[in-house]
Amino acid sequence: MKMITAKNLSKVFGGFKAVDAISFEVEPGEIFGFLGANGAGKTTAMRMLCGLSRPSSGEATVAGFDVYRQQEQIKRAIGYMSQKFSLYDDLTITENIRFYAGIYGKPGRFIKEKTSALLRELHLETEADKRVGSLPLGWKQKLAFSVAIFHEPQLVFLDEPTGGVDPITRREFWNLIYAAAEKGITVFVTTHYMDEAEYCNRVSIMVDGRIEALDTPAGLKQHYSAASMNDVFLQLARKATRSAD
Amino acid sequence: MRTLRFILQKEFKQIFRNPAILRIILAMPVSQLFILPWAADYETKGINLSVVDQDHSPVSSRLLSKITASGYFKLASYPSSYRAAAAEVEKNQADIILQIPAHFEKDLVRQQQASLFLAANSINGTKAVLGSAYLQSILADYNNQLRQEWTPFPRMNAEARIQVLSANWYNPRMNYRFFMVPGILVVLVTMIGCFLAAMNIVREKEIGTIEQINVTPIRKHHFIIGKLVPFWVIGLVVLSIGMFISWALYGIVPAGSFLTIYLFSGVYLLAILGLGLLVSTVCSTQQQAMLVSFFLLMTFILLGGLFTPIESMPNWARWLTRANPVAYFIDVTRRVILKGSSLRDIMPQLLTMLGFAVLLNGWAVLSYRKTA
Repeated sequence: MKMITAKNLSKVFGGFKAVDAISFEVEPGEIFGFLGANGAGKTTAMRMLCGLSRPSSGEATVAGFDVYRQQEQIKRAIGYMSQKFSLYDDLTITENIRFYAGIYGKPGRFIKEKTSALLRELHLETEADKRVGSLPLGWKQKLAFSVAIFHEPQLVFLDEPTGGVDPITRREFWNLIYAAAEKGITVFVTTHYMDEAEYCNRVSIMVDGRIEALDTPAGLKQHYSAASMNDVFLQLARKATRSAD
Repeated sequence: MRTLRFILQKEFKQIFRNPAILRIILAMPVSQLFILPWAADYETKGINLSVVDQDHSPVSSRLLSKITASGYFKLASYPSSYRAAAAEVEKNQADIILQIPAHFEKDLVRQQQASLFLAANSINGTKAVLGSAYLQSILADYNNQLRQEWTPFPRMNAEARIQVLSANWYNPRMNYRFFMVPGILVVLVTMIGCFLAAMNIVREKEIGTIEQINVTPIRKHHFIIGKLVPFWVIGLVVLSIGMFISWALYGIVPAGSFLTIYLFSGVYLLAILGLGLLVSTVCSTQQQAMLVSFFLLMTFILLGGLFTPIESMPNWARWLTRANPVAYFIDVTRRVILKGSSLRDIMPQLLTMLGFAVLLNGWAVLSYRKTA
């Protein structure tokens, strides 16, 4: 079974085609990079796949469920980390974990055991009862990612998870992503950092609402005879006629 | 049910960690009940009276001292002509002009009757109407007094007179605080309920956590119940604080049962929280939510009979008040607290309120969308 299938998936706001008939597939266990300039339609596409936004036309399934009719089943199967920081600043680390795990219906013992394992892994044991608002941004992001996959989803959507974070923390963040992928969680990630694109198994590049290229990083570099993903991206993104955001 | 427990835990923790909310819960009932009942009453005092006394007789000066002794009027000026008095009104220094014409006493003695002239500045309608009414009753009283003094044998006076005595039921001394305090309790519960609920959900929209919630398999009604219950409890707590203050400060003890008050308030809070919820589903920022709920509550409260009786509103406005939950609550609290109405007496209002609660919450649940 494919983890994600999209066929001519579109979203139109008024007369504006935010996402213009995109088609692609994501294999289970893959780290799939979803690239594009600001305003290319990445977040809109991702919101449709998460069941947050209804597609205007086209077809798509996520974890085998239809995006029109089975949104609640999709929500059970996925994790999601949005651009906006989504933990509660006025709750402690453990309280945030407990709340999100609780609304996914996870049993109390599971929450307890996994929380202490997670805190050990993130070296946050001493901060467990501190309010999230007092943590530095890098820690918050790592925590938000860990909360997004706490309920052990099949697939996690990450919308620019490393925005505004220093290179060391970004590297640590990607170690978490790799660890999640090793556990069998499919990762669907958008980013603006081209070094991060190199970490992905496959990468798609969106320009003006369409997917212009989709291949492994090595394949893309060969096809566009570019030295780096950065060059690939620049070649494609220069074609854009839409202004950013 | 388990999900609900997690949501409720989270909501209560957040509320108790928010110093602003705690301050509002305590400060609002205290300040409103301490200040408003003393200041916002209908009694008009300190009316500035300008007297044009062209008679300068013992009768006229006795009249003047009787008027100033009443405590409602201040003798603002004592001009010699009506024109000068009118100028005082122009300058906003006088509210009412009383003109005592020359030969007032003489006419009264010789012809058994005399006229006075009274003019009121109606820019402040209440002051003008009440002021002239007070003044007229003082004059009538003075008139009787004179008549008794000048009739040699009052008992043999053949003139029959009907005197109307009135008794004020449920508030025998016409204490305005008894009338205002139940209304203020209503305003308190309404503002706390509607504002806090609306602001809370919109805040989640602003900080972006609502999206994280919407991407979970959470059930809509769980989320909404989880949001409503804490504010429902807070509303009842504020009501209790308010009733305690009205007892401690004004000695107001409900004539009816507490059970009736709490039952009706409980249902009313559901309705008003539903309204707050509805506001939050259409607004995307706390500012918008604040303005929209302010507009709604302002209208509801002003049309709710707190300051002006509904009975004296025009017909169309009276029809409007039937769709105004605040009007029912003001009416019911006054009845139960002052008159001692029982649960059976207020059953029609209770059922209507239940209808409002179902309607508003149902509407809110329908318009809250996890998928845009």
